[in-house]
Amino acid sequence: MSTNAMTTGEKDAAQAAPHSVAGHPGIQSLRVARKEELAEGVVRLRLEEPNGFRVPDWTPGAHIELVLPTATQGALSRHYSLCGDRWEASSYEVAVLREPNSKGGSHYIHDELVEGQMLNVGTPRNNFSLSQAKRYEFIAGGIGITPIMTMIAAAEQLGIDWHLHYGGRSRASMAFLPELEAYGDKVTIWPQDEMGHLNLTFLAETVEHGRVYCCGPEPLLNAVAGAAEAWPAGTVRFERFVPAQLPEPVRTEPFELELAISKKVVTVGTQQTVLGALNDAGVPVLSSCNEGVCGTCEVGVLRGTPEHRDSLLNDAERAKNDRMFVCVSRAISDRLVLDL
Amino acid sequence: MTAMTKCPVAGGKIPVLDGDPFSPESLENPLPFQEALREAGPVAYLSKYGAYAIGRYEHMSQAVSNWQELTSGEGVGLLPPNRARGLLQMDPPEHDAPREVLQEILSARVLRSMKDNCMSRAEALFDELLDEVPAGGEVLVDGAQQIAAVFPVNFFPDASGIDPDGREKLVPYADHIFNSLGPRNELFEKGAGQAKELNEWATGKCQRDALAPEGFGADIWAAADRGDILHEHAPLLTRSLLSAGVDTTVYSISGLMHALATNPDQYEALKQNPGLARVAFDESLRVVSPVQQIFRVASTEVEIDGFVIPKGSRVLLSFQSANHDPRRWENPKKFDLTRDPSGHLAFGMGMHQCVGQHAARLQSACLLEVMLQRVAKVEMAAPVEYYHNNVLRGWGKVPMRFTLV
Repeated sequence: MSTNAMTTGEKDAAQAAPHSVAGHPGIQSLRVARKEELAEGVVRLRLEEPNGFRVPDWTPGAHIELVLPTATQGALSRHYSLCGDRWEASSYEVAVLREPNSKGGSHYIHDELVEGQMLNVGTPRNNFSLSQAKRYEFIAGGIGITPIMTMIAAAEQLGIDWHLHYGGRSRASMAFLPELEAYGDKVTIWPQDEMGHLNLTFLAETVEHGRVYCCGPEPLLNAVAGAAEAWPAGTVRFERFVPAQLPEPVRTEPFELELAISKKVVTVGTQQTVLGALNDAGVPVLSSCNEGVCGTCEVGVLRGTPEHRDSLLNDAERAKNDRMFVCVSRAISDRLVLDL
Repeated sequence: MTAMTKCPVAGGKIPVLDGDPFSPESLENPLPFQEALREAGPVAYLSKYGAYAIGRYEHMSQAVSNWQELTSGEGVGLLPPNRARGLLQMDPPEHDAPREVLQEILSARVLRSMKDNCMSRAEALFDELLDEVPAGGEVLVDGAQQIAAVFPVNFFPDASGIDPDGREKLVPYADHIFNSLGPRNELFEKGAGQAKELNEWATGKCQRDALAPEGFGADIWAAADRGDILHEHAPLLTRSLLSAGVDTTVYSISGLMHALATNPDQYEALKQNPGLARVAFDESLRVVSPVQQIFRVASTEVEIDGFVIPKGSRVLLSFQSANHDPRRWENPKKFDLTRDPSGHLAFGMGMHQCVGQHAARLQSACLLEVMLQRVAKVEMAAPVEYYHNNVLRGWGKVPMRFTLV
């Protein structure tokens, strides 16, 4: 590929992200147009392209990276599900919970971030997209409601039958209750302080051409996975905020990466990530979460067997061995041939 | 009836064009109509069709991406669609899941892994074309019929796992689909009689038991097995590979051959620097865009640079006009490998951007690589003959003379 074909002339300004951040492909600078409290401990941010240009398209279930300039910890990268209206072409919305165990990200958004401020924002990615179905069972725990809100809007537009089971600590802590009221008995609200944990017994029976979408804290995901055992592979889908717990890597020796496009061979040491080795070799790969949950660092695998350590691919996708997330995944085979 | 009365909102503000993009004259040479469209203003009203049209690069690049206001779900032709709608004629959220499936199946990564296969096919084609021609000898080759009409018609359906029987029907099948995006003119009528039969034939080829166990078609069914799409949608999605992926590539390769043969100096530049192959393909798409134009429907009042297109209007988007806009491209008619063609709109832009573009790029790259190894010089041997289609820029003959290495 010619480098020439990748450059953007000045006449091409309408195509380039107008507020792209120099040296950081895929990052653009958006204005915090609104910050409002949605529920106890939950704020919603509206991020607008300052000149009204389009922002990159997204689909229900997608998330974006916010780069948060904290005073004490430097720039923190955090990912939040989009919860706004995709017919609004020049803005995004996210809703953020104040995490008591926050590493700094939600603390910054709640306490420091102000309206009018500019924020670096990544391109939307979707690891939780809505597949075709004839019925959706949506299950949300707490702030896990955010991607589900966009899925509900899509299901309504498509005229597909759905039901939401929404659990939270208390009504006061649960975002979007007024919006959800409009859907009547399609929505079941389960505040834990009134009703205990979500009742998942409805999952015992499968639904033909049905899909289950679940987003929430790890215990809820585990409970849903257990309750939905009878559902066929691929019909129950989860979005994780935190990486799944993993055993030690299979392979204890170094391995090699053969880079098909740049025609380099790179060795990955035992104490190094594939991402780190690639960056050291001068083949930079975009990355963000560094824990295998966001999907930014996906790389195509042409030959060899990766050891998948991400929280993104399902079993069928892992078995194809045609891609890997290089921030966490490693190799089983001696060599991987990568599409880089 | 005067045309002006048909401009209800903007009154006389939106300029009215009497020209016809679908007349035989425009189909033989679309550039005069497209120039008139661009020069009329950011938006024009086509009095003959009661539709609006956009032809300047600046406004086209925004309009093409604007799926919210310029929608596809009511069809991308002049008239509402009369067949099951494929991916091109869907809006979000209906568009989301099938698009994601096809984008994955036809990703750059997947296509790159098919390079060896595609290269050996390109070598076999040139072996046959250049058979028994001595080194330094000359041979006449029809770039349209002997290269472009042969290569994608085999590579892409094979890669899709479509049974080889009846391949000759593929081009007529898609030809009519594209013609039916225009008015009910002679081109439409010509294919209408056969359309039903060809549709049934193509649908039959896309059923699971008719497909090879490996290929893009099988991948679509596997996506249904994984739960990404419903099984009932798999045949239609597979069929869209055939309707959208064959004729378009045939004509893009024809256009590339024509660009090279009419610009021997640029062919020489390419021989000096084969790294320009990708630029060459994109530049040829810019100069002659295989999909000339489509329509969208305004879902609301759409404002374009101060002009307002009324809600419910059909809006013609002229890709080729934008690709020839002198406001954006210097000396736009010239096939010039020193220019950066990125940003051209031949593949569209945004959510509906051509999902098969990596397949087209791979095929053109392999053909060019082999051609550059074996052919020292190309020139035109006789005038081209175009093949008219309401939407595609079709080629009947591109008579070329190759001088071998």
